[in-house]
Amino acid sequence: MCDTCGCNITPGNAHLVRNDGPLARSADGREAITLLKGLLSENDRQATHNREHFDRHGVLAINLMSSPGSGKTALLEATIEALASELRIAVIEGDLETENDAERIRAKGVPAVQIATGTACHLDAHMVHDALHRLDLDNIDILFIENVGNLVCPASFDLGHHRNITLLSVTEGDDKPAKYPVMFRAADLMLISKADLLTVLDDFDPVAAERHLRNLASRAPVITVAARKQRNIDAWLDWLRAEVAAQRARLMRQETLRPAIQPEGQALHTHTNTRQPHRFVQLP
Amino acid sequence: MHELSVCQALVRQLDDIVQRERAVRITQVVVCIGPLSGVEAQLLRQAYPVASAGTAAANAELVLETLPIRVACESCGAESEATVNRLICGVCGDYHTRLLSGDELLLAQVELERDELPIASSRH
Repeated sequence: MCDTCGCNITPGNAHLVRNDGPLARSADGREAITLLKGLLSENDRQATHNREHFDRHGVLAINLMSSPGSGKTALLEATIEALASELRIAVIEGDLETENDAERIRAKGVPAVQIATGTACHLDAHMVHDALHRLDLDNIDILFIENVGNLVCPASFDLGHHRNITLLSVTEGDDKPAKYPVMFRAADLMLISKADLLTVLDDFDPVAAERHLRNLASRAPVITVAARKQRNIDAWLDWLRAEVAAQRARLMRQETLRPAIQPEGQALHTHTNTRQPHRFVQLP
Repeated sequence: MHELSVCQALVRQLDDIVQRERAVRITQVVVCIGPLSGVEAQLLRQAYPVASAGTAAANAELVLETLPIRVACESCGAESEATVNRLICGVCGDYHTRLLSGDELLLAQVELERDELPIASSRH
């Protein structure tokens, strides 16, 4: 976004702004209007609203993204156990179907809202907004939003959170950042998960995984965890504690934070209420 | 995948423009897609007729501009072309670069026809 006027003109698209200004008329009476407006501005407007909710209640919101089965829920279970006496945690779970993950989280004594997206391959800001009204934000320090397991679509949707975490489990290839650059470029932190399996999966090289991440011009830290064994999660817990402290400091300064890579400057646009169908799973 | 959601968001924006500008139809839509936006141009093109059916933007020509990926290096100051999974400086190879363009997902321009045309149009 342009710092001067807040427009979306970048060196890449400046040629679209015609010399005669944003509005040109052709001989046959048709008008061309130059907008340079984010395609997802409706989602981003809702995301900005969500972020205001989080900030007003002093909540740090973290978006967890990865392929299915990389250990997002197991990481949350281990994190809740380790931090239960220290920080108040809540979770929004996104899956196409079932209440299973929310039930696993609730079993740890923490509030969880399950969003069943039906067929949608990602969460969007509207779904998260509906879910956060089912949570008592005043009693939450960290809200984890566990996105739909998918290394493609979730990267394009701002949910109003503050930080993106992308998990890469050692059962996947260490070249995943090169194969899914949009997702890994969006990470504020890359977690290499299931590291206890590294002894038997010697074809996964954590150094190579980090090199692929750096090739995306990412400066995000890389932390290795083995959540199911409660091993090696100290560095991850310290990162979380530091983020909670940083969020509190930002709020004192009346500042907020967008996650690593989201196209900026899309917070000022029109909004309609039409949106994707989704529903909450009702408990029997 | 999510291109249909993105296309539905685009059509809602076009609807708003039609209302605001009192247009009767939109004849052309220019969308800028950076290779790092996470949206596939071909899938967006396939989704457009579905998402726009029955709206004033149906039948509009959809022009998709793919923008180059360019980075600026914070170490050596050079600007260079890059690729989706190699965003390091093309000159010195440092990864401390800033993206100049390539992640756009923008409705750049629309061409529309209004109710009251200022010049009599021969197209009707």
